[in-house]
Amino acid sequence: MEEQKWDQPMGGFNAASRSQMAEAAAGGEESQRTLYPYVTGTSVIALKYKDGVIMACDTGASYGSTLRYKSVERIKAVGKHSLIGGSGEFSDFQEILRYLDELTLSDHMWDDGNSLGPKEIHSYLTRVMYNRRNKFDPLWNALVLGGVKMGPKGAEKYLGMVNMIGTHFEENHIATGFGNHLAIPILRAEWSEDMTFEEAVKLVEKCLLVLLYRDRSSINKFQVAKITTEGATIYPPYSLKTFWGFSHFENPAQGAVGSW
Amino acid sequence: MFRNQYDTDVTTWSPQGRLFQVEYAMEAVKQGSACVGLRSRTHAVLAAANKAASELSSHQRKVFRVAEHAGVALAGLTADGRVLSRFLRSECINHSFVYESPLPVSRLALRLADKAQVCTQRSWKRPYGVGLLVAGLDETGAHLYYNCPSGNYFEYQAFAIGSRSQAAKTFLERRFEKYNDYTPEQLVKDALSAIKETLQGEKLTSSNCTVAIVGRKDDGTMEPFETIDAKRIQEIIDSMEAAEEAPAEPSAMQQEEEGTDAAAPMDI
Repeated sequence: MEEQKWDQPMGGFNAASRSQMAEAAAGGEESQRTLYPYVTGTSVIALKYKDGVIMACDTGASYGSTLRYKSVERIKAVGKHSLIGGSGEFSDFQEILRYLDELTLSDHMWDDGNSLGPKEIHSYLTRVMYNRRNKFDPLWNALVLGGVKMGPKGAEKYLGMVNMIGTHFEENHIATGFGNHLAIPILRAEWSEDMTFEEAVKLVEKCLLVLLYRDRSSINKFQVAKITTEGATIYPPYSLKTFWGFSHFENPAQGAVGSW
Repeated sequence: MFRNQYDTDVTTWSPQGRLFQVEYAMEAVKQGSACVGLRSRTHAVLAAANKAASELSSHQRKVFRVAEHAGVALAGLTADGRVLSRFLRSECINHSFVYESPLPVSRLALRLADKAQVCTQRSWKRPYGVGLLVAGLDETGAHLYYNCPSGNYFEYQAFAIGSRSQAAKTFLERRFEKYNDYTPEQLVKDALSAIKETLQGEKLTSSNCTVAIVGRKDDGTMEPFETIDAKRIQEIIDSMEAAEEAPAEPSAMQQEEEGTDAAAPMDI
């Protein structure tokens, strides 16, 4: 925009007002697209295990670099068969929960024996996220959708994710945010088919601990949730034991040379 | 039927509380050639008697695949039926696009019924002149619905529509109570027998009937909605006739009489 300034026949307008006037002339208002997230949740981790899907995350929501909210539930049950975990802009996650509420309510009102399973909800969310991205007004989230539903061939486990640009896929283990870099390598190495609940929780806690140490926006208060054919259970928050007694942390200025 | 002063348009009630135009539309269904539908817990079958405008022409297409898991057979104004089939296909595709899963049959039937109802309450429209048997499979099993021009729809174990359908209904009434446990082959045979009742003496061959089936096998795999090919139909017809010529075996004919006492869900 700056380069065109000397090109313009009439001087005196700066870029900002010119774009506003152009939009006003076009009959529209100032662009309402989401530019940045404000209150954000950090990583969500999930993996399939023997009875269904386990999902975990911390209960923090940051306002920039401030750890502003410390008791936020970022995993919720959806319908009878699924769990959703959200990282990113928390208000957008709440909006998505409202959409899913409407969806599952009208599905429930049919009362015809059919119900929306995790695959259907994942597909629906993908359409919503992708459509918003195409309007340059994304829901600034990475969502993890996991669930179990009885099918003709028995209990079918499902785990997938969709993000703000509409990228979506299914996997045996999912992580968002920093989890992509810190947790996924652990999950790839240590996940196996049909883990017991205890093994799955241990693996998830291993990932959460790494994230607690290394992700600045995570807090030491976690919630684990599971979904099985019996339904969803979201456990109360708890903390992990951390260790900071490394010798290097004692007397940290030992090797530093300085005059003040 | 009778002409009277309340039947000029669909938005006029008669003093008895009838909408004559809608009833006349339902008459159009009775003019079409017969269709039957029947279902077990896991499979649904549709069959139609083919009628050709003349010996030179091909016969009217009456059975339409709507989605992998559902199809319709129609009787009445075929042009209306074609347009409604297109609507049903569109609804199924739109649902699959958003949810990546098949539209449950009851919800499909409801959308069709709501569309038909609109035409019974607008002065510038006329009711659709076609009755549809909607057969399909969803997570609660196999289903069969009848959608009529009035916008009403009901679920059925077995039903028949079109001209001379009463003969088929009488046949089905005697046997429908066992259909839940029938194998797909037994369902097809009964569908063919029901169609045969409507042909009134004319010989049943694979060229004057169409049969389609949709269902789920015992191992959980789905058999998508498909018209059974003519050669296979002829084989089944031949095997049925061979069985008829043989002396009636007691196992096939037992307990048929007991079904008549139960309430018939098909009277409309």
